[in-house]
Amino acid sequence: MPHPDGNSPSPTTSREAPLRRAAFYDVDGTLIRTNIVHAFAWYARHQPTLTGSLAMTVSTALSVPLFAAADKLSRKAFNELFYRYYRGQSEDRLVLLAEQLFEDVIRPSIFPRAPELIAESRRTGCLQVIVTGGLDFTVRPLARYLGMDDFIANRLEYTDGYANGRLAKPFVAGATKAEIMRDYAARHGIDLARCWAYSDSYSDYPMLAVVGHPTAVNPDFRLRSTARSYDWPILDLG
Amino acid sequence: MRALRPRTRGAGDENVVLIDTDSAPRILFYGEDFLCEDLPIGTRVIYPHRPLVGLPNPRAAIRYALNHPEGFEPLHALLEPGMKITIAVDDISLPLPPMQRPDIRETILDIVLEMLADHGVDDIHIIIATSLHRRMTAAETRRMVGDKVFDAYWPERLYNHDAEDPDGMVVLGKTPHGEVVETNRRAVESDLVIYVNINLVPMDGGHKSVGVGLCGYESLKAHHTPKAIVESRSFMDPKQSALAHSVERIGRVCDQHMRVFHIETALNNRMFSGPMSFLAKNEDDFTEADRLKFQAMKWTLEKTPRALRREIFMRVPAAYELIAVHAGATEPVHEKILEKCHEQYCIPVEGQADILISGIPYISPYNVNSKALNPLLVQVMALGYYFHMYRHKPLLKKGGVMIVAHPCSDAFDPEHHPSYIEFFNRLLPETRDAYVLEHKYQEEFAKNPTYIEMYRHGHAYHGAHPFYMWYWGQAGREHVGKVICVGADNNTVPALLGWERADTLAEAISMGRSMMGRSAQITMLHHPPILMTDVR
Repeated sequence: MPHPDGNSPSPTTSREAPLRRAAFYDVDGTLIRTNIVHAFAWYARHQPTLTGSLAMTVSTALSVPLFAAADKLSRKAFNELFYRYYRGQSEDRLVLLAEQLFEDVIRPSIFPRAPELIAESRRTGCLQVIVTGGLDFTVRPLARYLGMDDFIANRLEYTDGYANGRLAKPFVAGATKAEIMRDYAARHGIDLARCWAYSDSYSDYPMLAVVGHPTAVNPDFRLRSTARSYDWPILDLG
Repeated sequence: MRALRPRTRGAGDENVVLIDTDSAPRILFYGEDFLCEDLPIGTRVIYPHRPLVGLPNPRAAIRYALNHPEGFEPLHALLEPGMKITIAVDDISLPLPPMQRPDIRETILDIVLEMLADHGVDDIHIIIATSLHRRMTAAETRRMVGDKVFDAYWPERLYNHDAEDPDGMVVLGKTPHGEVVETNRRAVESDLVIYVNINLVPMDGGHKSVGVGLCGYESLKAHHTPKAIVESRSFMDPKQSALAHSVERIGRVCDQHMRVFHIETALNNRMFSGPMSFLAKNEDDFTEADRLKFQAMKWTLEKTPRALRREIFMRVPAAYELIAVHAGATEPVHEKILEKCHEQYCIPVEGQADILISGIPYISPYNVNSKALNPLLVQVMALGYYFHMYRHKPLLKKGGVMIVAHPCSDAFDPEHHPSYIEFFNRLLPETRDAYVLEHKYQEEFAKNPTYIEMYRHGHAYHGAHPFYMWYWGQAGREHVGKVICVGADNNTVPALLGWERADTLAEAISMGRSMMGRSAQITMLHHPPILMTDVR
């Protein structure tokens, strides 16, 4: 099951000897330049029919101001609104195209020094975990590529093999990310005070605040200000 | 503010002055400001030597050194077309403050690169030997090496050393004492390494240039320990320094794998020039113009925000002059340069002090162009550098009182010193014991991936650096009975450092006397510029 227990992208990952420390990474804007809207736009352009692609692309483009407004309101509201656009997409098609989405969109947008940071973190013996509001099937290839031990992502709900436009609860966003991380840490014997968290967005303040080593990565203005106030380190992986 | 009274002083020792009934008040550095304070009668004020006269033709002196090296063939005789050469240069931590252009490194590089080009050598990399210091910015590097070299070499062939680059570092082995020797791969793979050094204090130069400047964390942690510092009496006296001995052992292993042609320089101490030159004078000798200049400067500084004051100070370079340059094998070259350094810096002093007073300036080797001299750096200036500025025995008696003047603001530069912030706020409240900190936390900080990323690609000091700053003060902490900070703008910072605070120097002296007695011998170190005491 995708979340919140986490996903093991590689069958070789072992849970038998739980690690005491972990590094939790947000994805969009933190490890990669793109965001979930780009991923959806790519899906929209790759519908089974030309007219379907056209209709979904136009619809997505027209909705961008709405997405922006919802995101300003709250990340939860944005997610609820945004994932409705997946309604009617078949699960097998989404999963199938995820690999190509990764190759076409996600891999080229990985920040150049993100793999280096992850490698450095792994050398310290930390469990590497992605915590993202993105969808599980889009995150899985990225997690595998970056050598993550685990990932926590949102899941779509499906009815008869088709997305019904709703997300499985709990949503991975905002304060819930912190709650999920606490649960995850408790289950895996991780000491959050000795963990790292990396994010670019102020909406991830709870996720950053719950660990001992919060780090702002390519931060937005509010997170940069917050990081300055709390003397959190600020990284630029670009 | 009290007026500085000009006074005619009799002939005598111009470096050790006793305060008398008609002595002028003394000026102390106080961060980005100054204090002007009366000292008790009988207080001994130790002044640096006047600047030694600079070499009249530095370029000719450099060429002479290259052609008449110590224990080596002349540089031109070492060169062959197609050679692979690495030139390593000291970083921005030297000299302090940065010197007026042209920086002596620019002059040396001009001459050396011209010579290399004449001999058909074009595989040249210039590495800024930062060790675990922060990377220098492009603008800082340009200022240091000059436009010509910068435009020709930056960034592909002129760059900062990266001690955390897994591909760029190589382990050469261990010393007989088991110290790991990890150094820069490019330097090891070169046919010749030319090191361009500046000696500001006697702990610089020698094997420290390559052995530390180009090393990795695994090497550095062998000797940057509280134990090594405590066993260095002082670390400014290489012969008595366990730190220097360890570095020498590492340097000798490097010498077995690299051919190092060392160019060492010594600068005089002309830190203040032009309108600021009065700051190097004995206050008793101030002219009316000096007095007015100081009062005008003090008035202006009081009206200026701290950040702006810092900017102003950082933009005033020093008029250092070259007083010696030698080239060749590391050890004989260093011997000669040390002699010159001692001639410039060492002041003979009779007897130790019960109370030692010193003003802490705005700058240290580790905060050039930073936003603050943070509390750990204030600590390293007091208990590290100033305490260790002696040969033979410490200027301050065991158990004596050290009085320092600095605002001790809780201010850090998050870009340059991110790990310092965590060290200060998370570790110091738990313990000030350097040995506990070393064993419990140093590795955690050194391996912190965030700090490594900021060191490698930002402009941050390495994660382990704040530990070294704390160790630097360990001998001082074990020796000094009490540290009193004059004018600290808060209680928290002195308390975390284990210091007491006083509002005024008079109050601090009174506190010191209550511990050391009414007849306590009081000494003030009047620096910067740098001085060292030869205590007998």
